[in-house]
Amino acid sequence: MAITSRGFSGRRSTADAKLPPGQYATTDFPVLSAGPTPHVPLDKWEFTIKEGNRVLRRWDWKSFRDLPSETITVDLHCVTRWSKLGTTWEGVSLDTLFKDVTTDAEYALAHSHGDYTTNLPLPDLMSKQAWIAFRFDDEDLAPEHGGPARLLVPHLYLWKSAKWVRGITLMQEDAPGFWEGLGYNMYGDPWREQRYSGDE
Amino acid sequence: MWRIGTVVALQSETATARTIRFQVPDWPGHVAGQHVDARLTAADGYSAVRSYSIASAPNTNRQIDITVERLPDGEVSPYLTKEVMVGDQLELRGPIGGWFVWRPEQTEPIQLIAGGSGIVPLMSMIRSRAAAGSTAPFRLLYSVREPKAVWYSNELQGLTEQDPSFGITYAYTRATPKDWPRPPGRIDADLVAKATWPSSLGSTCYVCGPTSFVESAASFLTASGNSPDRIRTERFGPTGDRK
Repeated sequence: MAITSRGFSGRRSTADAKLPPGQYATTDFPVLSAGPTPHVPLDKWEFTIKEGNRVLRRWDWKSFRDLPSETITVDLHCVTRWSKLGTTWEGVSLDTLFKDVTTDAEYALAHSHGDYTTNLPLPDLMSKQAWIAFRFDDEDLAPEHGGPARLLVPHLYLWKSAKWVRGITLMQEDAPGFWEGLGYNMYGDPWREQRYSGDE
Repeated sequence: MWRIGTVVALQSETATARTIRFQVPDWPGHVAGQHVDARLTAADGYSAVRSYSIASAPNTNRQIDITVERLPDGEVSPYLTKEVMVGDQLELRGPIGGWFVWRPEQTEPIQLIAGGSGIVPLMSMIRSRAAAGSTAPFRLLYSVREPKAVWYSNELQGLTEQDPSFGITYAYTRATPKDWPRPPGRIDADLVAKATWPSSLGSTCYVCGPTSFVESAASFLTASGNSPDRIRTERFGPTGDRK
């Protein structure tokens, strides 16, 4: 049961139904990364879908950008408690990228340049819930925000939206990615406040 | 789980920053560089949570220090820097984070780079090293607005005077001490190259500060030959009471 902090009244911002519990809205776009920002040249960029060591699909920048893209407006929720509402992105839906992929895998591990990884259930990447995004606010995505392209899975905490994404590996069983191995939640639903391991 | 922390000591660092020491009877211990979530709850049940880096070294007293900078528009930081008194209680969750950490088992040279209040988790590493009697070579490059904005100033000075394997370079962005060799300004590639370990030593680098500071410091480190996988960063944006 919460104790009361003597003399603390807080500043009740307008209760916004779009804010998950424990989040506050910001108009900035803070940056959180574990290491230096990788700068990935477009002629070296590629995106692969693998199952084990088997490459199922591969795109270079040109073939990726030739795919049909979508403009989406979504809310972002960072585990460090800021939320940014109504952000507009352009990206390729994972439904498009997985169109010709047949698998019985239930989980996915996203890989990034700079060796970042994060795990997600495969169904969370499907059904218009996830994109490989390359434009933000009508501009090419800046490197510090994950450019040239990042995963965007806005219904989960933002660490699941891997910056500088370079591929997805399909897995039969769930396995922790980078932050998930360091005490953060395996799933990360902001509406259930699944921040750290053990949050249900 | 949330644990109750009782304020047992307060110490002003600058005109706008102060250190708060909590006694946490069931504190499980922490590693230098980790942070803690602090929850404040108003009488009507409204609560606000913020993350703060832990400033103190791991210890057996079940005490942790945080240092909070007062942000003019902050919701939580004005309370923590002005209102809180010894004996007050709030709730803490943690420790959190297992990446931006230094452990006494690490013997390689360590390069710390702090921008402003980004000194806090690095100070925990410096204190942890001293408390453990570690001889790992440490260097700190500390960028700060002006001399009087330096946090933990006397303690840092004492530590470098006693210890030849710990060195500090200050970089002032707005005003310098008298006769300071470098005019005020942001850190640059030249300063980072001179003030940090040669990349051939394979040091581990910890960089903490505002986003733009960390972006430039990390890129200067890689430009002077440090491998990106040896550079660990922690950033905080202009809002959010973080640190």
